[in-house]
Amino acid sequence: MKLPPLDYICAATLSEAIAALAAHGGNAKVIAGGQSLMPMLAFRLAAPTVLVDIGRLPDLKTISISAEGIDFGALVTWRDIERDARLAQAHPLLAAAVAHVAHYQVRNRGTVGGSMAHADPAAEMPGIAVTCDAMLTIVGSNGCRIVCADEFITGGLSTVLEADEIVTSIHLPPWKKARRWAFEEFARRRGDFALAGVAAFYDIDAQGLAFDAHVGVIGVADRPARLPGVEALLNGRRIDADVILQAATAARDAVDPADDIHAEAAYRRDLLGVLLERALARAADIILPEAA
Amino acid sequence: MTSARPVHFTVNGAAATVAVEPRTTLADALRNELRLTGTHLGCEHGVCGACTVIVDGAAVRGCLMLAAQAEGCEVTTVEGLGSAAHLGALQLAFRKHHALQCGFCTAGILATAHALLTDEPQADEDRIREVISGNLCRCTGYLPIIAAIMEARIAYSDVQREAAQ
Repeated sequence: MKLPPLDYICAATLSEAIAALAAHGGNAKVIAGGQSLMPMLAFRLAAPTVLVDIGRLPDLKTISISAEGIDFGALVTWRDIERDARLAQAHPLLAAAVAHVAHYQVRNRGTVGGSMAHADPAAEMPGIAVTCDAMLTIVGSNGCRIVCADEFITGGLSTVLEADEIVTSIHLPPWKKARRWAFEEFARRRGDFALAGVAAFYDIDAQGLAFDAHVGVIGVADRPARLPGVEALLNGRRIDADVILQAATAARDAVDPADDIHAEAAYRRDLLGVLLERALARAADIILPEAA
Repeated sequence: MTSARPVHFTVNGAAATVAVEPRTTLADALRNELRLTGTHLGCEHGVCGACTVIVDGAAVRGCLMLAAQAEGCEVTTVEGLGSAAHLGALQLAFRKHHALQCGFCTAGILATAHALLTDEPQADEDRIREVISGNLCRCTGYLPIIAAIMEARIAYSDVQREAAQ
């Protein structure tokens, strides 16, 4: 499974990279860490004639945290996130989710921008981006545009990226300190793609009622998605065992996963319900009674 | 231009130049051009970990990186971890604990463990298990591998202590 013949351009600047992409139309692909693209090439699922390497571009490797939120340069790796001690406070949901991304060697090279551009339906970063209303900065021949994560991903491995466009950064809105949250996923082996996963958070008002609930799921559709019905069910409620079980039932009903070689649809749907129960119980810091 | 072009890097401390097609992976360049065949290729799509090498201190899958992307980098392969006459600390521990049988995955596991312990000489068993989950071994059942890596930690701690003095 050697790669198809291709040309390779290592861009020194962002504009050079964009010019190279534009010059080759749809036949060029951006590579950085290559942790998703290289297997695609090995399997001939992608066969670009040119790779434009943005891995050495300066300025895309920083994580900046401010009152306005968190900005990740596209070349930030999972290892960078794992090693940034600020993120456990600044965005604990993201830090928890990224702990599940891939294996040690892949974590050293895989990037957040690459994960977004690849848009695997079971990947954690796109899931967090959609759950948390992330905004992506995209730069191309026609300039810069900002797209919300939800609109960025248009289907399985599909995005709004044009052939000459590059994701340069990902912005997450600021995290509220007292926010309740949890991330749960199930994979056969830690580091493998999840059969299903849930990212959930909500805030609590003075009466102890949940508001601004966000519930996002991965691995159960062709793209990561929020479950608005489940969120509506949580908002305005005190999150107790009853509410959690109702939410899990609503989540099972809300998704329509496909059968594949890893799991049947019914299994995934059930698994999602269990993961949401666990996530909400953990977020609310309560222990659910054992299922009969 | 899909034809061969030169890539310069450092391999196991020595400068090296290879002329390879852009599509050539780092693992293939090491094996086919430099004849460093200690690095093995198993799945060639980033799942098995057999081809793990160390690039600028970080363990990476040699099949998921183009040779061209290693331009100017420092690469360490299993050949850089010791020789038959002078085994490295991990290699000695692997021999003692019978941490290999067929040996196909071993080079990748040694490279992974070397990067880990160089970076985190105090890695606990949970961390070692988590890291080594990226390397498939179908012979040993992993227990002797974990025992060997845990034993080798002391040598890496000593290196770090000496460096600090």
